Amino acid sequence: MSLKDLISPFYAWERALEKPYTINKPIDDREGADRYRGFHVNDIEKCIGCGTCEEICQNEAIDMVPVEGIEAGNGDSGLRPKIDYGRCCWCGRCVDVCPTGSLGMSNEYKWVTTDPEEFRFIPGFDDKPWNNEEKGYRRDEESWLLAPELHKMPVVEPDIRKLTFEEMALGYDDDLALDEAARCLECGLCVETCPAHMDIPEYIRAIRENRLDDGLKILYESNPFSESCGRICTARCQYVCALSHNGEAIPIRWLKRYITDKTADQKNEILNTNNNVPESGRNIAIVGGGPSGLSAAYYLRQYGHSVTVYEKHEHLGGMLRYGIPEYRLPKAVLDREIQVILDSGVKVITGISIGKNVTLNQLQDQYDAVYLSVGAQIGTGMPIDGMDTPGVQIGVDFLDRIASGERPDLGEKVVVVGGGNTAMDVCRSSVRLGAEEVQVLYRRTEQEMPANREEIEEAQEEGVAFHYLAAPVSISRNGNKLHINAIRMELGEPDSSGRRRPVPISGSEYTIEADTCIMAIGQKVDASFAKSSEIKLTRWGTFEVDTDTLATNIPGLYAGGDCQTGPDDAIRAIADGKKVAYSINKFLEGMN
Amino acid sequence: MRSKNSAVINETNRIGVLTPEGPQTALSWETVLPPSSGLDLESGKYLKIWHGPQHPGVTGNMALELTLEGDIIRECKTHVGYLHRAFEKLMERRKYIQCFPIVCRICVPEPDPNEYLFAAAVEELAHMEIPERAIWLRTLILEMVRVAFLTMGLGGQAGSFGLGPIGQWAVTHRDYLLDLFEELTGGRVYHMYILPGGVRRDLPEGFTDRLESVLKKIEKLISSVEKVMFNNAVFKARAKGLGVIPPEWVVPYGITGTNARAAGVPFDVRKNNPYLVYDQLDFEILTGTASDVYERTSLRKEEILQSIRLIRQIIEHMPKNGPVRHKLPNVLNWKVPAGETYVRAESGRGELGYYLVSDGSEYPRRVHVRGPGYTHAMVVLEKLADGQSIADLAGIMVSLQTCPPEIER
Repeated sequence: MSLKDLISPFYAWERALEKPYTINKPIDDREGADRYRGFHVNDIEKCIGCGTCEEICQNEAIDMVPVEGIEAGNGDSGLRPKIDYGRCCWCGRCVDVCPTGSLGMSNEYKWVTTDPEEFRFIPGFDDKPWNNEEKGYRRDEESWLLAPELHKMPVVEPDIRKLTFEEMALGYDDDLALDEAARCLECGLCVETCPAHMDIPEYIRAIRENRLDDGLKILYESNPFSESCGRICTARCQYVCALSHNGEAIPIRWLKRYITDKTADQKNEILNTNNNVPESGRNIAIVGGGPSGLSAAYYLRQYGHSVTVYEKHEHLGGMLRYGIPEYRLPKAVLDREIQVILDSGVKVITGISIGKNVTLNQLQDQYDAVYLSVGAQIGTGMPIDGMDTPGVQIGVDFLDRIASGERPDLGEKVVVVGGGNTAMDVCRSSVRLGAEEVQVLYRRTEQEMPANREEIEEAQEEGVAFHYLAAPVSISRNGNKLHINAIRMELGEPDSSGRRRPVPISGSEYTIEADTCIMAIGQKVDASFAKSSEIKLTRWGTFEVDTDTLATNIPGLYAGGDCQTGPDDAIRAIADGKKVAYSINKFLEGMN
Repeated sequence: MRSKNSAVINETNRIGVLTPEGPQTALSWETVLPPSSGLDLESGKYLKIWHGPQHPGVTGNMALELTLEGDIIRECKTHVGYLHRAFEKLMERRKYIQCFPIVCRICVPEPDPNEYLFAAAVEELAHMEIPERAIWLRTLILEMVRVAFLTMGLGGQAGSFGLGPIGQWAVTHRDYLLDLFEELTGGRVYHMYILPGGVRRDLPEGFTDRLESVLKKIEKLISSVEKVMFNNAVFKARAKGLGVIPPEWVVPYGITGTNARAAGVPFDVRKNNPYLVYDQLDFEILTGTASDVYERTSLRKEEILQSIRLIRQIIEHMPKNGPVRHKLPNVLNWKVPAGETYVRAESGRGELGYYLVSDGSEYPRRVHVRGPGYTHAMVVLEKLADGQSIADLAGIMVSLQTCPPEIER
């Protein structure tokens, strides 16, 4: 021991007058750092209530709860995260995973209350002083814990597919399907949006877990046209996918197709289609063998009722067969799918028109219940001069002819009028029929076009030209060419559909020369067979029903699908088929 | 660049071959296990008391059951179980991303090596590359947290001998570092900065300048501590010759870190099994000879300065920009390919290792944490306490830098 060792400790005094650091700071109003992970903030309007934050929270600190003033709706569960700060560990994983980026953390960390219950609150909804705090932890694109990028469906190159009606989408292989299935958050917003409420997260999970048999069963619980829908569904579900807010939606439709493609040969075994359900002894007639009628038939068979489908055409399938071209939905696929429905014991009478060969009243007498699903098969033209000029065709009739095997010569130049999916089918079929120049006239802009974005893009790839804000006003024939007089439009006030109304610009008329003009602007219901009946129609000529049960005003008579809703997509019609099976069964049980 | 941790434990890297005397042979179990005390407790000569779990001289939450003869410890038994949260088991029911808020809790004062190792193990199984800048940032935060941990440890060591002011200074200086962690990561204690694929965020504007000023403060602190603690007659008198770990214990007990280096065994995972960018940094393994409490404390003080030098090197050499993380797949459904790996890193307490088994599902099949505190606290402490005064027990325990959550994983 030296003297130095005895004196040295007194150096402690050199710090005696230092300002304390650790004690004073919490008392001072010290602001958290710019990326501090403090109390949560949530942009309630931006949040969609997907619950991914709840899912990732390993402390189970987050509960999704209903919030006053926020209604559940398309793509919004109506729930918002409520956070229990007795459980929260402030790790911020909920922020990193949030699909919309609405959830964040403020840099506020000091808050005192005597009531422990107050430490459970809904950020952004419950009034807190930090609700508008800009500072704090937010996720950036790099730190997002989800996978926003989509694996595109492999398709035949435009130059090749233009020449043929062969199916253009090639389908996912196992790796692509697994990768895509792994992107799913299982939030279930899609289920609510799907008209048939298909259990999408569950069948995607089945893909992830390589349980394709289960996947097929899940599909058939709500949709016996899953194989077709896996190709041509309008996929409303994908528009509300939580991932689509910052990335690309899960390709739900292609995943559905993946399951059905993989199990196509064993469907009957997996579904136990011919399962010998005890016969109920009840007979049901279904008028119209389209997606709605056949879906109803399939589910009614599951209840054990005897079902007979009356179909006007030679083949079943309705608009799926006669309205959708081969390159999107091959007839062979449709046939094998319908066969599964028939294998469940559904009887079919084709080539019979109700009203001509047999009356509706006769059916009502003969059967315990009748379901009308005749579709909206009459294509409408435009109220303009020259609609009857040779070379002017109606879209659905044109597609019907193609589906029946005809390959008409359209000439070099084709003009298609309309902006829906039928217009897309028509213009793309025209390309495949050899037309050198195909143009689409649409009276609004691309933004308002009802056709699927994908369809529009693929048509453009195939060389279809789009002319927006234009509509024909008259058509005449000049030699061997059609002269289509068109007028330019501008957008005015929004109409009842919320889309801006097109208003003609006077003096802007111009003429387009073409060989063929195809009108694909709408369809309507042919309800003439029901004239002799007491059945009520709406002012649009569709059947009037109770939307919960699809029952018309006549007991035992039901109507659904396009003939009830007006022209709509297949999944809507399928959903009606399932719904009506349930309500007819209820009705028949009531008769017992 | 891949993590430099290897799934295979190379025989030549085992501690045994690195001792100054050459390869060690394992001792027999009789010498390893504490001998049966054979004390006649009925004689009235002995007194049993509990030291902990609530005791300022106990690091973390554990208890020592002491049998005293006067104030001399005749037997010491360690008791754990006061904070068991089943970290390893919990993780088997958590998706990989959900494990990060758990692993950091295995060491409160130094959580980052846990985050790094879990991420490195996952990356290894998932064959994931991480960006160059992220590797440097990881090294930076690991060294920063080492400084924070050792600084606080220095204060704890002083406190255990009644040198109160140093504890206060140390905690203050750790707080300066916590301010920087808050700025960088958003959290002061649990940083959750390291993720599979990289790190969460890049450095904020002006961060390195603020870091440098804190490092200077800590250097100044060390010079104060040098005078007040290491040149303190009382500290010298009490700490020198106390709690000596013989070098031949190092291999059989699995002693690592400063505890081994102070015994003259030059083993440091950063050097012997370089990971991250430690092979690109210029530093030597610091060793001591006396292997007592004074030596270990002094060596830790030197290691703080070493880490400060390393931080300066890192800041100088790291890429100036570039991505800091590799994009992860959807973490909620992330299946890590089946396999197993053991990754190791040098924590402030010694070699920390993670053994991770994946069965190819979304959840880890097994996680095992090899915490250096396990042997240091459970076995070595019992041996060192024998025959010492009860007043020195806290000093011995702190000098081993034990960490009970590493025991109760």
